Amino acid sequence: MAAIIEAENLRKRFGDVEAVAGISFSVQEGELFGFLGPNGAGKTTTIKMLTGLARPDGGTLAIGGIDCSRDPKAAQHLIGVVPDESNLYPELTGFENLCFCAALYGMERSQREARARKLLESFGLAEAGSRKFGSYSKGMKRKLAIAAGIIHDPPILFLDEPTTGIDVLSARQIRQLIADLHRSGTTIFLTTHYIEEAERLCERIAFIVAGRIVRTDTTANLLKPVQGKHMVEIAWANAFSGEKVPRAFPKLKVAALLPGSLRVESDEPINVGVLVRFLEEEGAHVLEARRIQPSLEDVFVDITGIKDEGMGKKEGRGE
Amino acid sequence: MKGWIAFWNIFIKDIRTYYLKPPNISWGLIFPLSWTGMFFIRSGVGLESIPDLLPGLTALSVLFGTTSMLAVTITFEKRNRTFERLLLAPISLELLMLAKTAGAILFGIANGLVPPILAGLAADLSGLNLPVFFLGLVMIAIVSAFLGLFVAVAVQEVFEAQTLSNFFRFPMLFLCGFFFPIERLPLILRPLSYLLPMTYGVDILRGAVSGGNKIAFPLSFLILGAYCLGLFLRSIGTIRQKWII
Repeated sequence: MAAIIEAENLRKRFGDVEAVAGISFSVQEGELFGFLGPNGAGKTTTIKMLTGLARPDGGTLAIGGIDCSRDPKAAQHLIGVVPDESNLYPELTGFENLCFCAALYGMERSQREARARKLLESFGLAEAGSRKFGSYSKGMKRKLAIAAGIIHDPPILFLDEPTTGIDVLSARQIRQLIADLHRSGTTIFLTTHYIEEAERLCERIAFIVAGRIVRTDTTANLLKPVQGKHMVEIAWANAFSGEKVPRAFPKLKVAALLPGSLRVESDEPINVGVLVRFLEEEGAHVLEARRIQPSLEDVFVDITGIKDEGMGKKEGRGE
Repeated sequence: MKGWIAFWNIFIKDIRTYYLKPPNISWGLIFPLSWTGMFFIRSGVGLESIPDLLPGLTALSVLFGTTSMLAVTITFEKRNRTFERLLLAPISLELLMLAKTAGAILFGIANGLVPPILAGLAADLSGLNLPVFFLGLVMIAIVSAFLGLFVAVAVQEVFEAQTLSNFFRFPMLFLCGFFFPIERLPLILRPLSYLLPMTYGVDILRGAVSGGNKIAFPLSFLILGAYCLGLFLRSIGTIRQKWII
């Protein structure tokens, strides 16, 4: 596979703030590449530079072999963009919005109407197609924005935080749409601050923190260090300190000791019953003990040292 | 060819979503009608005063209608980020901005046709040089649209666009010979008049209606053309500098 997006030492500064500080990466043709980082890490600035909405202060950028600093408009032929906010026209219907977006890429009337109908159908928006975009729910708006992004059948699609701020069902549908697009051969550059989303969808992931890429690897390789790990989390109701646990269980590593909870990890299976009994004998009123599947979030925390600052969990956080 | 498909669709969308909306149609009719009625009554003379008032009223209708609409629509689209979608399209910025201004130019021409149509019903305009009048009207609409564009790309908010527009429009009303000849202005202000594009537009219309133009038609058209080009290029430069960050 050839690299379809190549960025080398890309830099962007806004006043005193270095939003993107010399990042380099490449995305292969047909790949679903995740760009993961907390809010304000430089994800949207990077996407703006990649799509021609921002000029890099330095570095080189090529899309489909086209030097974007020399001919950004030629590169824009190859890309579709779904921004972090659904920016279609509220006064036009869904169908009209798609036809209008197709016209921006020079598609003939019959061609754009047929494509718009097909996309409305496949995105489950056929009935809503005649309604004004302004009346759509957030999930529907995001789906139509994705349809608008691929209306001209681009080989590369940029998705900026596609599931942020929408309900769980719509988010799942959108993740399915993204997976389907990827299967059909579209190269996808996905920025997200939802770690589970990146883990589920992406083949390769770059972690960006404070404008710098701290690690780029395949999802499988990133998960390797935690794959053999066993983790248990125990919560209790009373004022109790679990600080005796490390001495009592020297083979266990205490990953987190907080007021009211404890997380331990080990390379060997953990006997939860023994651990709970010990805590209860020491005076803890144990509420819950559960095994945790180590995830990309643990990898992210290991690599960056960032815990939950602006990073989101997909389900259960009031999407 | 593909660029022109985008151009045409942006133009048609703007006409449908902005210029053909009932409030704007009523603005386009009521505004020139009100000005015409007000000046006609204020002048206190008979129908024979219509040819004197016609150039100023026509230019005024175009200037206010066009600059208001364009400054608001572009600022609005930038604010709700729909303009970003246009910037992502693989068409040149020049063609994109021509498409955005084309609707405003047409709206301005339609506004500017109201006073001469009404005047034609009430007074004898047989001496009107129609081709020059229409060309003058078109040039005023273009320069007003580009003035609106210049304002729209310089500001962030809709209310800022209106404020900055008025900063240009009201002095023009006073200085460009809309309703009294520039010669009646204090000597110290007259050079300012010749720095403003509407002076040349109003002079063309005055010449077309009554032959009373002070500047040769070709020179006025040339100067208006230069203003159009200058304002357009300056606006494009501002977009490249400020909007493509």
